[in-house]
Amino acid sequence: MTVDDSASVRQMVGFTLKAAGYEVLEAKDGRDALAKLSGGSPLNMVITDLNMPNLDGIGLIRTLRQNSTYKFIPIILLTTESQTEKKMEGKAAGATGWIVKPFKPEQLLAVVKKVLG
Amino acid sequence: MRDGYGEAYREEAYELLGALEQSLLELEKAPADKEIIGSVFRAMHTIKGSGAMYGFEQIASFTHDIETVYDLVRSGKTIVTKELVDLTLIACDQIKEMVGAPDGAPSDAVQAKQIVEAFRAFIGNTQRAEEPDKAKDSGDSEKTVAQAEAIAVPDEEKTAIYRIRFRPVSEIFLSGTNPISLLRELSDLGHCKIIAHTEDIPFLPDINPEACYSSWDIILRTNKGINAIRDVFIFVENDCMLTIDLIDRDDFVENDVEYKRLGDILIDRGDITPEQITEAINKQKPLGEILVDAGVIAPDKVESALAEQAVIREARKERQAKDTAGSIRVPADRLDALVNMVGELVTVQSRLSQAVVSLENLEFSQIAEEVERLTAELRDNTMSIRMMPIGSTFSKFNRLVRDLSRELGKEIVLSTDGAETELDKTVIEKLNDPMVHLIRNAIDHGIESPAERAKLGKPRQGNILLSAIHSGAFVLIQIIDDGAGLDKDAIFRKAVERGLIMSDAVLSEKEIFSFLFAPGFSTAKVVTNVSGRGVGMDVVKKNIDALQGSVEMSSKKGEGTTVTLKIPLTLAIIDGLLTRISDTFFVIPLSAIEECIELTREEAEKSHGQNFINIRGEIVPYIHLRDRFGIVGKRPRIEQIAITRHENHRIGLVIDEVIGEHQTVIKKLGRFYRHVEEVSGATILGNGTVALILDLPRLISKTQLEEKNALCERLIN
Repeated sequence: MTVDDSASVRQMVGFTLKAAGYEVLEAKDGRDALAKLSGGSPLNMVITDLNMPNLDGIGLIRTLRQNSTYKFIPIILLTTESQTEKKMEGKAAGATGWIVKPFKPEQLLAVVKKVLG
Repeated sequence: MRDGYGEAYREEAYELLGALEQSLLELEKAPADKEIIGSVFRAMHTIKGSGAMYGFEQIASFTHDIETVYDLVRSGKTIVTKELVDLTLIACDQIKEMVGAPDGAPSDAVQAKQIVEAFRAFIGNTQRAEEPDKAKDSGDSEKTVAQAEAIAVPDEEKTAIYRIRFRPVSEIFLSGTNPISLLRELSDLGHCKIIAHTEDIPFLPDINPEACYSSWDIILRTNKGINAIRDVFIFVENDCMLTIDLIDRDDFVENDVEYKRLGDILIDRGDITPEQITEAINKQKPLGEILVDAGVIAPDKVESALAEQAVIREARKERQAKDTAGSIRVPADRLDALVNMVGELVTVQSRLSQAVVSLENLEFSQIAEEVERLTAELRDNTMSIRMMPIGSTFSKFNRLVRDLSRELGKEIVLSTDGAETELDKTVIEKLNDPMVHLIRNAIDHGIESPAERAKLGKPRQGNILLSAIHSGAFVLIQIIDDGAGLDKDAIFRKAVERGLIMSDAVLSEKEIFSFLFAPGFSTAKVVTNVSGRGVGMDVVKKNIDALQGSVEMSSKKGEGTTVTLKIPLTLAIIDGLLTRISDTFFVIPLSAIEECIELTREEAEKSHGQNFINIRGEIVPYIHLRDRFGIVGKRPRIEQIAITRHENHRIGLVIDEVIGEHQTVIKKLGRFYRHVEEVSGATILGNGTVALILDLPRLISKTQLEEKNALCERLIN
């Protein structure tokens, strides 16, 4: 699942991953993501932006980690260079890793491959 | 990438800019409203971030400083002034203009620069004090970017051995990290031995299933360098105890193959003290066992150290072997001369063996046997010198694929499998042209354009796999693409159109695909630079036939095409079955023969001249070679049939007598006989007579054609 308030980032992530053969769900912020997951549908990983309206990336990670279905799945945080402390905060909340924006499709795929093993 | 999605970015940017203007106007009225400041920052942030991702570098860099200013505002380090709002509104217009431009460049570069300067002045004025902090921040980010890039491009380094001790915190699972996948990633870096330490795992009732109790020692031999190893652990750096030590390297000047002894390694690691070892050694049992018995160390620790010792010993031995062995370059023609001479020697040797039999002298026959054995060994060794891995040919195609796919606007990855498979040098050389044709075909008609692939739900990138595997006396080379596949119906229609078959013919898939090998046959709608002229596949077939090999195609529409080339290992000497008809000798390649049976006169008459024989319930057609070649002489009462397999059909060849296996040194036929298609060459027998080597595929297909024609004529008359 890719969570981002920017449609273009969502599209880029979705497009890159779909081209590599992954199935991708999209959500426009943390609240939307939780709403879409309320059915408890299984997920392999989440790629979420940090700054989002309604519920930001860190809030989303905290909530997902409370849920037994999503407790152990990899969650990747999209951050920018100016957010080093946020990165650490995300890590503490339970993010598996991060990707620094802007990133290239190859970098995204390398990270996805890494955390999915 | 940019074309289809640049639009998405533009739309979003316009939308954001519209909202941004609104926010800025509100901000002018309420300059301290945190919510509005946050939304302005986020808009700038998105415009910048997405811009860079979609390749609008200029927009990204233009927006960077504006974002920085609003970050400062957001964190309360500066305040919103009327000038700032004015400036931001001007910047908005500028961005709008840049987004509209096809390459994201400003029409008035000077003006854009002035705006950026103005924002920089803002940062400079208000935030000098924060400068050191900022610098540290960006330095850190550079490092992360560099690390992320390192994942993609590992730097080539010398092979070295590292000892990695990885002890994740027990809550590691809660961050979605799977330590096993990290270990797997490590083992992808090189040769790797992993020892798990499990002594901390509590008994079942005390286990918390969500905690990680294990730790690992990894001995890794890799040439990717220490940074690649660190990259594996990049996300867990702060969630584990991780030590990476370089323990051996290929250029360490230690000629001793032996690495440190177990005790030394343990002391080195601080797992044990020297005193404990001395004490243990006195007991004269294997050291590891003693240590475990003595309870000074857990069994895994010993195992881990032993693994380290083994890996390094192995590495050093290998290195030493490499230093001493080496290789010499020899001109190819000398090698060819050697092979020729070995061929002669094999011929002479068989003459010798034959002569000795008639002499009935025990001493001589012993010597002859010795010579026979040595000749066979010499032959095998010589042939193996000419064997080359096919990988060098495979790698040549990388460039071809790259250039061609770029020219045709396709995205194609070439991967290879079995590059170490060995084939005779001359065979490899002759394979080059047919393979170029086949790969061109795969790129041009096989793989679809990226847009088309995306539409079909396939990955944009097409794949071509070259694989080689041994199969008896043959090597199977496959060119597999995941493109559009062959259109069976189109080929069929084309074959009808060209008058090759009747429109109501019932054909198997394989038979239909085989039309592709007909001269001048092409279903390509457009003749491109690369292919589609219909020359190619027939040339491929001709080349492969000349190598005594065969070509086969299989395909699933929409899923791809596989071309299989079956190539004999060598062209110089083959194992053959020597047979005789009257006083003419024929050699049939042994690899094609499945069995030999007798054909009595009565049995032959039973089939009423239809040339079929019933073998254990299976009807097998046969070719009467005596009739086929018009050999005069009396037919023996009992003839022999050598049953061969050709393209999944069993076909018999009738001869007078099977003499036996024969080491066949292949000689070319003289110029006068080149046009004889049924014979691929000749060989000289021990007694000096010449035996002809049958070209089975051509013999069979030619006979089939003749019989078909004869049948047609009979039907017409």
